Amino acid sequence: MSKISRADVANLARLARIDMSEDELEHLSSELSVILDAVARVQEVAGEDVPPTSHPLPMTNVFRADENRASLTPEEALSGAPAKEEQRFKVPKILGEE
Amino acid sequence: MIEKSATEMAAALQSGELSSVDLTNAHLARIDEVDEKVKAFLHIDRDGALKQAEAVDARRKAGEKLSPLAGVPLALKDVMVQKGIPTTCGSKMLEGWRPPYDSTVVARLKAAGVIILGKTNMDEFAMGSSTENSAYFPTHNPWDLTRIPGGSGGGSSAALAAFEAPLAIGTDTGGSIRQPAAVTGTVGVKPTYGGVSRYGLVAFSSSLDQAGPCARTVLDAAYLHEVIGGYDPLDSTSINAPLPQLVTAAKNASVKGMKIGVIKELQGDGYQAGVLKLFNESLEELAKLGADIVEVSCPHFEYALAAYYLIAPSECSSNLARFDAMRYGIRTGEGSAEEVMNATRELGFGKEVKRRIILGTYALSSGYYDAYYGSAQKVRTLISRDFEQAFEKADVLVSPTAPTTAFKIGEKANDPIAMYLNDIATIPTNLAGVCGISIPSGLAQEDGLPAGFQIMAGAMKDDRLYQVGAALEAALLSKWGAPILSKAPKLGAK
Repeated sequence: MSKISRADVANLARLARIDMSEDELEHLSSELSVILDAVARVQEVAGEDVPPTSHPLPMTNVFRADENRASLTPEEALSGAPAKEEQRFKVPKILGEE
Repeated sequence: MIEKSATEMAAALQSGELSSVDLTNAHLARIDEVDEKVKAFLHIDRDGALKQAEAVDARRKAGEKLSPLAGVPLALKDVMVQKGIPTTCGSKMLEGWRPPYDSTVVARLKAAGVIILGKTNMDEFAMGSSTENSAYFPTHNPWDLTRIPGGSGGGSSAALAAFEAPLAIGTDTGGSIRQPAAVTGTVGVKPTYGGVSRYGLVAFSSSLDQAGPCARTVLDAAYLHEVIGGYDPLDSTSINAPLPQLVTAAKNASVKGMKIGVIKELQGDGYQAGVLKLFNESLEELAKLGADIVEVSCPHFEYALAAYYLIAPSECSSNLARFDAMRYGIRTGEGSAEEVMNATRELGFGKEVKRRIILGTYALSSGYYDAYYGSAQKVRTLISRDFEQAFEKADVLVSPTAPTTAFKIGEKANDPIAMYLNDIATIPTNLAGVCGISIPSGLAQEDGLPAGFQIMAGAMKDDRLYQVGAALEAALLSKWGAPILSKAPKLGAK
């Protein structure tokens, strides 16, 4: 039985940038333990010699010609922004106090 | 007229017997009449639809040569962006957002003169099998309003079954087109991965997501597939090769001499008896038409669900990082950017989305990556090999689409594992990037609800889905005497 503690979930939530209530953490830790037990089956069959598949198409890099083409105007690109100023996305403070 | 197929509507438009404005108005009236009960739509673009219809009528009147589906209405899953039209993905995160551009699918629909009626409900960010995970409201199955219409594309399937639209667009990451089709008595196609552009499709799991056509007949789906499919330089995973001839395949419906492989592992335990009975009856019809039915084994399919519920959450945890409260969508909270982000993602995402982001974050985290995500990727290889071997023995593979008919709203809402089992027969196709279709196989004896017959073909062999699907559809139609949806409750009768 995989055991995901409340502290584990709290750490994952921090990494995923989601605030979570104590109730949510508690609930998710028991749910995730059950789900992980169910999905851990993948470890039963995957031998050393089997290569991983990350993508269904055998593609490597896909390039296009380096030419200008039409794109969104600044107004269009900013049209959904929660806050904007002088043709820029306006965001809360990112860096802490030095 | 609204109960006709899209192909019949198109013929009436072409002959001048009907205008697109009238046809669009008839569907808008139907939506007014029944959508209070069905709740298929999140947004209805009445004015936009009528404007498009007027433009098509004018072009036709001017003698312009139009695309076969010009003037026919369609319902668009709300995960596909359409310029200026609210696009929420069924999430509070994007409430009020109006995209500044058209997805390639929408651009092609507009170019073909298809009328977009509005946006359909879905499980939040396409995560779910019942449309109960929509942050707005659940959609109801037109066959029984207390039941789910499938998911994640339950709005699109319900709109078709309730005659609110003859065509719809869905997206299928693990079965979100095919399972809703199965439980509503409609047709849904997951094209070959890379066959329909993902540009402007809000990403859930990029290596699995595939947009495709939803309709009430196989031929209608083929026409729609030809409109939206084909190479798109804006999607770097788009296949740069011509689409197979899908409409021709649907018109040349025949299975004589074809080898049809029944996948041993996709039946038995967990499948409803009535669903299996209908599946076997469909097989008999195919045999009567001259197909050679063989059994094939895909031994690793039993691991597909487990692999999927590691790969899809892993990719979603990365893809949904874009919802950061900075560039679009809602913003809430005070303080630093990180605090605002944390608070916004707590408020904007629903339970299932959070569950999957956390699961994916775990599966990708250092120390667990190899055991979970890495092993799942290896299973993906084994499943692709199973398909390759099976396609050496058969031209197409078949199974029931979903293990059961539609369940009650609320029945599985608190049991994620039970919910995930709905996709057990559809997920392998996505993992391998091959294509699949679901067509109605009849009404199950236990509950009188529709079930689906799934046909799968190799990559870029989508024409076979239409060829076999249309043959089976015709055989079942002559057996039943009327289309399956004629047996659905008449929702409009007040």
